[in-house]
Amino acid sequence: MCGIAGIVNLSPAHDPPSLPLLRAMAGSIRHRGPDEFGVYRDRYAGLVNTRLSIVDLSTGQQPIANEDESLWIVFNGEIFNFVELRVELESHGHHFRTHSDTEVIVHAYEQWGDDCFSRFNGQWALALWECHKRRLILSRDRIGVRPLYVSEKNGKIWFGSEVKAIFADPSVERRIDPRGLDQTFTYWSSVAPVSVFSGVEELPPASIRVYEKEGKKYEKIFWRPSYPVITAGNGGTRKRMSMNEATEILREKLMYATKLRMLRADVPVGSYLSGGIDSSLIAWMGRQAKEGTFRTFSIRFEDSEYDETRFQQLMASRLDSSHSDIVVKRKDIARIFPEVIAHTERPVLRTAPAPLFLLSSLVHDSGFKCVLTGEGADEMLAGYDIFREAKIRHFWSKQPGSKIRPMLFDRLYPYLARSPQQGKGMALQFWKRGLERAGLPGFSHEPRWTTTSSLKRFFSDEIRSAVSSENVPSPLESLPAEFSRWDPLAQAQFLEVVTLLSTYIISSQGDRMLMANSVEGRFPFLDSDVMEFCNQLPAEYKLIGLDEKHILKKIAKGIIPDEIINRPKQPYRAPDAVSFLVPDAPEYVGQQLSENVLAKTGIFDVKAVRGLYEKCRALGSETAREGVLSNSDNMALVGILSTQLLHTQFIDQNISHPPGGEIEFTTTVDRLSAPSH
Amino acid sequence: MLQEEIGKQIMQFMRKNFLFDEKKTLGENESLIASGVIDSTGILELISFLEQNFNLKFEDHELVAENFDSIEQIKKFISKKTGN
Repeated sequence: MCGIAGIVNLSPAHDPPSLPLLRAMAGSIRHRGPDEFGVYRDRYAGLVNTRLSIVDLSTGQQPIANEDESLWIVFNGEIFNFVELRVELESHGHHFRTHSDTEVIVHAYEQWGDDCFSRFNGQWALALWECHKRRLILSRDRIGVRPLYVSEKNGKIWFGSEVKAIFADPSVERRIDPRGLDQTFTYWSSVAPVSVFSGVEELPPASIRVYEKEGKKYEKIFWRPSYPVITAGNGGTRKRMSMNEATEILREKLMYATKLRMLRADVPVGSYLSGGIDSSLIAWMGRQAKEGTFRTFSIRFEDSEYDETRFQQLMASRLDSSHSDIVVKRKDIARIFPEVIAHTERPVLRTAPAPLFLLSSLVHDSGFKCVLTGEGADEMLAGYDIFREAKIRHFWSKQPGSKIRPMLFDRLYPYLARSPQQGKGMALQFWKRGLERAGLPGFSHEPRWTTTSSLKRFFSDEIRSAVSSENVPSPLESLPAEFSRWDPLAQAQFLEVVTLLSTYIISSQGDRMLMANSVEGRFPFLDSDVMEFCNQLPAEYKLIGLDEKHILKKIAKGIIPDEIINRPKQPYRAPDAVSFLVPDAPEYVGQQLSENVLAKTGIFDVKAVRGLYEKCRALGSETAREGVLSNSDNMALVGILSTQLLHTQFIDQNISHPPGGEIEFTTTVDRLSAPSH
Repeated sequence: MLQEEIGKQIMQFMRKNFLFDEKKTLGENESLIASGVIDSTGILELISFLEQNFNLKFEDHELVAENFDSIEQIKKFISKKTGN
C-alpha cells in the first residue's frame, strides 16, 4: 500500500523532470507510505512511490521493472491473486526477482497487455512506463478503492494518488472547477472524471488510460457493475439456484475473499467493528482465517443516538478479540475537520469521515497497518434505506392515489408512525415527487438528488452562472445500454455504486481517512468474485419485502449474535452541523463563515450563508439534538464549511508543501546521467 | 387579516428561514416541497410558525400537502381558518 506520483513529458521540448520536484511530489503524500521512497527517472519520465510495506517487506521496493528494464511500475494497492497469477506467468517463461505483487503486474502487462487488468482481483492505482516506446499506462481498480488523479497540459502529464502531489508542482494552476461543485451539491461528491479542481481529472474506476508519444492517447473501461437482464420468460431474475444454494456459495466466496485479505500480508491484519452485521461477519471470518490474537477497533460516540457500543462489545466478546475503541465527541469532529478536508480533497456534506480519521489514528498508534472492514455490503446486497425507499415508491407509483401503499413508509421510517400526524402527510408529499417517473433511469435517486440540489441556492451568482454555462456531466448520461432492462433494484444499486460508493464511501470515508494515518483498508465485499456473484443474484435474495441484505443475514445466523442480526439497520452517521455550533467552537468556523472570507472565496452567496449560520447558531447549542436542524440546513452548513476549508488549503495556500514533508529517496533509479537505452 | 397581509408575513418568514435573502422571492404557486425550498423538517418549522404567528391550532387531517405546499395554498387555508 502506497502513494504514487509522476511526471511524463510527451514532448521532447520539455526539460526532464527534476529530482527536487519529484521529491516534493513524494513528500506531499508521504502519509500514504512513510516506510520507503522510490524514484525512477529518465529523459522523459519521473515516477515516485511512497511505500507502506505490507507485502514482501524485504524485496518489494519500488520502482520495479521487467527482465530487460524496459517497463517500470509504481503501484499503490494490492493484487490479492498475485500468487496464482505468478504461477501462470512463470509457466509463460517470466522470471521474477522479488516476491511482491508489484512485480506480477509488470509481467502480467508484458504477457497480456491492457487485458491484464481484468485478471486482477484487487485494489490498485498504478502507472506503468514503457521507456523505449515512451508509453504511459495508468489504471485503477474496479470500484476505485485506490485514488488516482491526472492533469495534462502542453504535452506534459502529471499524475498522483492525491491531488496534492500534482499541486506540488508550482507551475500547475490551482483553481476550483464549478462543475465539480455542482456535482457535489447534487450527488454528494464529484463524479470521475470530474474533480473539484479545474484541469485535474480523477481517473474513473476500472479504467486504463494510455498516453503515447506525439500526444496520442486512449482510454478503456474494463469493468462495470452488471446485473441480470429482465426478459419476459425469466420473470425478472434468473433463478438458477435456490436461496439455500446461493447462501452457501456466497458464504464460501466471502470466506475466501476474507482469507486472502488476512493472509496475503506480511504484517498483522486487524478489523473494524461498527456494531452492524457487515463488519461483524467480516471480523468473524477474519478470525477464522488465522490463528493467534485478533485485533478489533471501533468508534463510539458521546452522542447516544449514534453510539453502537453495546453491539460492538457484544461482537468483540464473541470474537474474543483484543478490542480498542475511541469515544468521539462533537468538539473532536470540529477540531480535526480541517485536517479531514485536507485528506478528502473534496467538499463533504456530512462529517461522517471525521470519526473514521480518528479511528485510523487509533489503529496506527496500536502498531497496525492493515484492517478489514465491512464496506461494500450495503451496495452489493441492498442494505441502504434508499433501496427500500425506491421499492416503496415503485409500488406506490402503480396506484398513486392509494392511501394504503405509502403507509409502508411507516415501516421504513418508524419515526413517521410515532410522530403525531404533524408532518407525515407532508413527508409523504416529499416521496411522492416524481412518482410518475417510475421506470425511468434515476427514479431511485431522485429524492436524494433533488433535496441535495436545493443547496445550490447558496451558490454565488458567479458560480451559478459558471455552471449554467458549462455542461455538468450527469451519471445518467453514460449508463450501460442494458440499464433499463435490469430490475429496478439493480438500477438503484448501479447508481449507488457509481455516484456514492466510488466517490464518497470508499474514498472520503474510506481510503482517504485510512491512508491519512498510513493504514490500508481491505474490503472483502469488494472482492471481484464476490461482487460478480452478488450482482447476478435475483433481487429478492437481497431485498425480500423490505428486509434488507436478506441473504447476508442467513449467512450470519448462528455466527454472530442474533441481537446484531435482528437490530434495525442503523446507518453510520456522526453529529453533523451541531459539531460546529458549540459555544467554544474552533476559531476557524467563524472565520470561514465570516462575510470577509466568504466574499473573498466567492463561491457562496454571503448573505444567504450568513442567514443560514445565524439560524443554525440560534438553534444549536452544546446539548442541542441533531434534529433541531433540518436535513437541508445540516448538509448546507457542512458542505459550505468544507468547501471553504478546501479553498483555503488548496487554492489560497498550497497544502502540497507541508512542514516536515521533505523526504529522501531510499531507492533511486536515475537513468538521466546513464547512457540512454 | 387580509390575504395580502398573511402572504406578506409568510414570505417574510420564508426569506428569513429558508431563502436567507430579503430580496429573493418565491412564486405564489411554486411548490415548496418540489422546488426543494423546504424538506420534511422544514415543514415542521413552517407549521409551528403558522400556529404561533396566527394563533391557530391545526387538526391532524388538515396537515396535508394540499394546504401547505405553496404560499397561495397556505394563504387560502389560513384565511379560511381565521374566518377571513
